[in-house]
Amino acid sequence: MISHRVIIVGGGLAGLRAALELRMRGVDVAVVSKVHPIRSHSCMAQGGINAALGNHPDGADDTPEKHAYDTVKGADFLADQDAVETLTGAGVEAVIEMEHWGCPFTRFDDGRIAQRPFGGAGFPRTCYGADKTGLYMLQTLYEQCVKWDITFYEEFLVLSLIVREGRCFGVVAYEVATGEIHGMSARAVVFATGGAGRLYSRTSNSLISTGFGTTMAYLAGAALKDMEFFQFHPTTLLGINLTITEGLRGEGAYILNDEGERFMARYVSESVMERAPRDITARAIQTEIDEGRGIGGGEFVYLDARHLGADWLNERYPGVVEACREFRKIDPAKEPIPVQPGAHYTMGGIDVNADCETGIEGFYAAGECACVSVHGANRLGGNSLLEAIVFGRRAGLSVARYLEGRDGAADGGRGSPAALEDGVGGIEERLERMSAGSGEENPAGLRKEMNRIMDNHVGIFRTEERLKLAVGGLREIEQRYARLRPIYGGKAFNYDLIWAFELSGTITLAGIVAAGALARAESRGSHCRKDHPGRDDLGWLNHTIAHPGADPGEDGPKLSYRPVTVTKWQPEERTY
Amino acid sequence: MTKFHIFRFDPKADAAPRFQDYEVPEAKGMTVLDGLIHILEELDPSLAYRSSCRAAICGSCAMHISGRYRLACQTQIGDVARQDQVVIRPLSHLPVLRDLVVDMGRFFENWRRIRPHLVAEGPAPERERLQTPKERARLDSLVDCIMCGACYGACPSARDNAAYLGPHALLKALRFIEDSRDGADEERLALAASDDGAFGCHSVFNCQIVCPKELDPAAAISRIKRRALGSRLKPKLARHAKA
Repeated sequence: MISHRVIIVGGGLAGLRAALELRMRGVDVAVVSKVHPIRSHSCMAQGGINAALGNHPDGADDTPEKHAYDTVKGADFLADQDAVETLTGAGVEAVIEMEHWGCPFTRFDDGRIAQRPFGGAGFPRTCYGADKTGLYMLQTLYEQCVKWDITFYEEFLVLSLIVREGRCFGVVAYEVATGEIHGMSARAVVFATGGAGRLYSRTSNSLISTGFGTTMAYLAGAALKDMEFFQFHPTTLLGINLTITEGLRGEGAYILNDEGERFMARYVSESVMERAPRDITARAIQTEIDEGRGIGGGEFVYLDARHLGADWLNERYPGVVEACREFRKIDPAKEPIPVQPGAHYTMGGIDVNADCETGIEGFYAAGECACVSVHGANRLGGNSLLEAIVFGRRAGLSVARYLEGRDGAADGGRGSPAALEDGVGGIEERLERMSAGSGEENPAGLRKEMNRIMDNHVGIFRTEERLKLAVGGLREIEQRYARLRPIYGGKAFNYDLIWAFELSGTITLAGIVAAGALARAESRGSHCRKDHPGRDDLGWLNHTIAHPGADPGEDGPKLSYRPVTVTKWQPEERTY
Repeated sequence: MTKFHIFRFDPKADAAPRFQDYEVPEAKGMTVLDGLIHILEELDPSLAYRSSCRAAICGSCAMHISGRYRLACQTQIGDVARQDQVVIRPLSHLPVLRDLVVDMGRFFENWRRIRPHLVAEGPAPERERLQTPKERARLDSLVDCIMCGACYGACPSARDNAAYLGPHALLKALRFIEDSRDGADEERLALAASDDGAFGCHSVFNCQIVCPKELDPAAAISRIKRRALGSRLKPKLARHAKA
């Protein structure tokens, strides 16, 4: 049995930041990650991180409060305003800390961190390192973790969160290199397991962004919040669906339809145009495509950056230039970039408060897998990296407080070995059942069908009729999952088993997203119901809370609602 | 159809490695990683390879593909198939754990030896440490390494000397040496310019050829050599001048 004071599950930005906070306070902490930490999805974030540094001349009088207002409005007023102020209030300190740790931000001539305009922001507020901000931040945090000699369990996939009588005792993990099952006991567990883009086939997310961690928490008794809010990034590269950063349109690229029209003028004011928030821009693009004005009538439009010039693009967007060359064989200085909306960010997640507490004693969550909520119904670009490090740190602080007075061996065991042994036994049994399966369903086939349902029925535009089809279809897929073909039984690097196991969580999560979307009879932020086109603040200024139904295998989630916290800003019409 | 001719080995079960062939239906723009996924999902669930971002930024899927170290996700089948065949082997100079999965332990251990974090000079200011665009430009490309290991697999010095730091670690060393905010240049130069460091490089330039991010570890290594020689010679030259 492996034992640590604290176990962090996930080696992306939120997980590493949480681990650092605890380690710097002398706590015995270990990070468990299914991939080497620098392979985490955080590395794909491109455009930047928001903080009211006021370094840009146009934003010299920027404040955390202005940043908070933009975030609340961007969220279509579903974010909890106190939590948003916690986020934006910590922004400057968080970015400066990353800089002090060596993060190679791009600079202004005076040597200060550069800032660029992003969608939905009143000022150029987004700090960046070229178009590789996530990569630089992840590497910087990993460097700090190595400096502090933090313990890593690399390529350990956590399969189960152990909770008994409302208390968390640790996790059960699968060692990818050996196939061994480990009970890992801990006084506190922090989930930083990332998002769930892989619910959809058209997604900007890594293959590892399965949402499995979120479902694991749900099945262990944690509530999920606002799962129906899924962000579609408006401009993902046709084919691979890699994001073409919002920074590019923030800094002047045009979005064009088949007629060569800058059609954003018909959706937002002329002063905003391509700088509209993601939900609005994605809907505009999808509308053009649906009405036959995609390029050549196809399912994409153009992001045109030609007028920005080769030198400028190479200097500021080398990653975009490279992606266009490698994946589409085009030069964005000479040809427009073919783009389409793609599933990008999971606004919903494990229900936590601003201290990352879940309601289960000793269990915390931070980053994309969690929902505080600071993003509400639509996250602003540049706020996810900020959330990851601000709430990663807060999770660490919160755990440190929890551990105070719980030191010493006296209650160190907390009866965890028995609970963990049960957990290990349960997983071993399930893995044996999977390799002895007698069904005929191929997991990849089920995943593709699930993706098709999510793409077609739970996408940018939703209706009751389609969502009902989705709920029914997903339930059927969940039942068919019980009839999988025999899964490969090898011990070392058995990715057939890993992908099949995680798929169960992804399917369950898809059902929760669809159920929440079906229930929410309004349109707000990323959730657009064609049959309920308006926002309904009287009926729906509420967070959706999902718990497992009485029989998790048969029933869908049990939904309830909790009012949004409004402090300074009464909901107003959201126009740009 | 493209034939994938793939290195297979389970060191715990197999007496020797072998190659296995798979027929992969190819669509336009399909990558080698797409082909590997197809094999795992539809043809052979026992195939082992690493993958994560599938967009050439996480560094998981470096392997030897049709004669060169590349990222599987960045390589289109149509660009590398020869007579409708793609030959795939794991990275060299690192122990094979299973099929295309290697033990990256030594690779990361070597990186750890260069003290891979900013050692800032003086106490932290309240706000950011200032760095001019010109100073920051010295880090361009040096900070873009994704630690995929393609350079290490291609490097004959890494093959011959397990203690050799490797192109990746030396590139990272220069990343900190060149950083205007870092104050541990001398210490890093002493390490990076040792016989297991820059002077262990035989200037074969494979790293420069294969880097999927088009970085130039070979140039970084020559720079370290020059810097090291400069700082060794400087005191001697100064003494000469006085004499």
